[in-house]
Amino acid sequence: MSSGNMKITLKVWRQRNAKTNGQLATYQLNDISPDMSFLEMFDVLNEQLIVKGEDPVAFDHDCREGICGACSMFINGRPHGPKNKVTTCQLHMRSFKDGDTIVVEPWRAAAFPVIKDLTVDRSAFDRIIAKGGYISVNTGNAQDANSLPIPKVDADKAFEAAACIGCGACVATCKNSSAMLFVSAKISQLALLPQGQVERVARAKNMVAQMDAEGFGNCTNTGACEVECPKGISLENIARMNREFYVANLKD
Amino acid sequence: MSNTSKNFLQSSIGKKLVMGLTGLFLISFLVVHCFLNAFIFFNDGGLMFNVGAMFMAKNPLIRAMEYVLFIGLIWHMVQALILTIENNKARPINYAYHNGSANSKWYSRSMGILGTLLLLFLIVHLAHFWVKSRFTGLPGEDANGNENLYAVMQQVFAIWWVVVIYVTGCISLAYHLLHGFPSAFQTMGWNHPKYNPLILKVGTAFSIIVPLIFALMPIAMFAGWVK
Repeated sequence: MSSGNMKITLKVWRQRNAKTNGQLATYQLNDISPDMSFLEMFDVLNEQLIVKGEDPVAFDHDCREGICGACSMFINGRPHGPKNKVTTCQLHMRSFKDGDTIVVEPWRAAAFPVIKDLTVDRSAFDRIIAKGGYISVNTGNAQDANSLPIPKVDADKAFEAAACIGCGACVATCKNSSAMLFVSAKISQLALLPQGQVERVARAKNMVAQMDAEGFGNCTNTGACEVECPKGISLENIARMNREFYVANLKD
Repeated sequence: MSNTSKNFLQSSIGKKLVMGLTGLFLISFLVVHCFLNAFIFFNDGGLMFNVGAMFMAKNPLIRAMEYVLFIGLIWHMVQALILTIENNKARPINYAYHNGSANSKWYSRSMGILGTLLLLFLIVHLAHFWVKSRFTGLPGEDANGNENLYAVMQQVFAIWWVVVIYVTGCISLAYHLLHGFPSAFQTMGWNHPKYNPLILKVGTAFSIIVPLIFALMPIAMFAGWVK
C-alpha cells in the first residue's frame, strides 16, 4: 500500500472551553497514509495547524495501543468510528476511502462536559468508582494462590467484565447517555468474585446512586452500548447489575 | 461501606423496573382482550362475542381489574414521560451526525413515538367502544338478549379511514412490543444465554401474532368476511 495517497476532508468540533459554544470546522488533508491510525492523522492535522500559527485540536490519547481508554472521538456518528470493538487509536485510515468527509465530535453527555474541542471531562466515572468499585483488603503478604478456589466460569465472566477500560463509548452512543454498561461492568467484576462479597449490597446501591446523581440518562435496553464497546462488554452485565440492585434493596 | 442510596422508585433502575412490570401487565391485558375479541371470528352474527363482552361488562372482578388496568396504563405513560424528559436533559447538545442504525433497531430508539401513536389510537378506540359500553349505552340487544356490542363494531368498521387508523395502531403496537417484550425481561435481570433465544422467539412471535389478530378484526368486518 503506497503512503500519502489519501485526500480527507475533516469536520471537527472546535470549542474553546466549557463555557463557550462550539462549532464544526472544516479542514483539508492531502497526504494521509492509509496505514496511519486515526490519531496519527490528527497529529498530522495539528502539525499543519501549528505551522500556520493556529490552535491545534485538543483530543484525548495516551497508550495508543487500545488498552487505556483515553482516546474518544465520535467519528461519523459512531464512537471510535466505523469498526466494531476498536478504540480510536486502533482505527486506521484504510477503514476510510480516498476523498471521504469525516465528521468528528466529542462524546456528548451532560455528565461529560467538554473541556476543549474533542476532550471531555470523564471524572464522573471516577466518582462512581469511588462509591464502591473497590474491595477492602488487608495489606501484607499476598496469600497463597489457591487459597480461594473460584469456579472457572465465574472467573471468566469477572474477567470479561473487568476488560472495561472506562472509555465512555457506551455513554456516547446511547440515545439516553446512560452509563449503565460501564457501571454494570464495574459492579459485575466484583460481584462474581469472593473478594467482592463483603461490600456487595452497599456497592450496588451506592454506585447506582452516584451514577444517577452524575446526570447520566436512563437505560432503555436499545443495546447500542454493547455493539460499540471496544472491549465487548455484554448486556448480560446490565441484567446482573439490575439483579444486584433489586437484591440489595430487598436486603438493606 | 455504608449505604447512601435514595428511594428505590426514584432510582434509574427502579424507574426502569416500573416500565418493565407495567409493560408486562399491559401485555397480559392484551392476551385477554385479543382472546375475547377473536370470538367475532366464529362468524355467528356476534352471538358468542356478545356473551364474552357481557361477561367482561358484568363480572365484578373484571370491573375491579379495569381500575387496576387504567392505573397500570397511566403509570406506564407517566413514568415514560418522566424518563424521556430526564434522558433529553442527559444530552443537552445533540450530535451533528449520530448513526443510530449502526448499532440498534429503529423501534428500540422510537418507543416514545410508538407509545404516543398508541395513546392517540387508544383515545379513538375508547371513544368508539368503551365510552358507549360504559356510559352512553349500546344500541339494543342481539337474538340471545345480550347487549349488542358487536353491532357497534359493525358500525365503526364500516368506515374505511377508521380501519386505516386501527391497522396503523396495530402496526405501532407490533413494533412497540417487538422491543418492549424482551426488554422487560432484560430489565428484570432475566438475561441468560440459555433462555435469551427463547425470550426473543416468544417475544417476536407474540409481537407479530397478537397485533395481527387485532388488525384482522376491522379488516374482516370491513371486507365482509365476518357478518
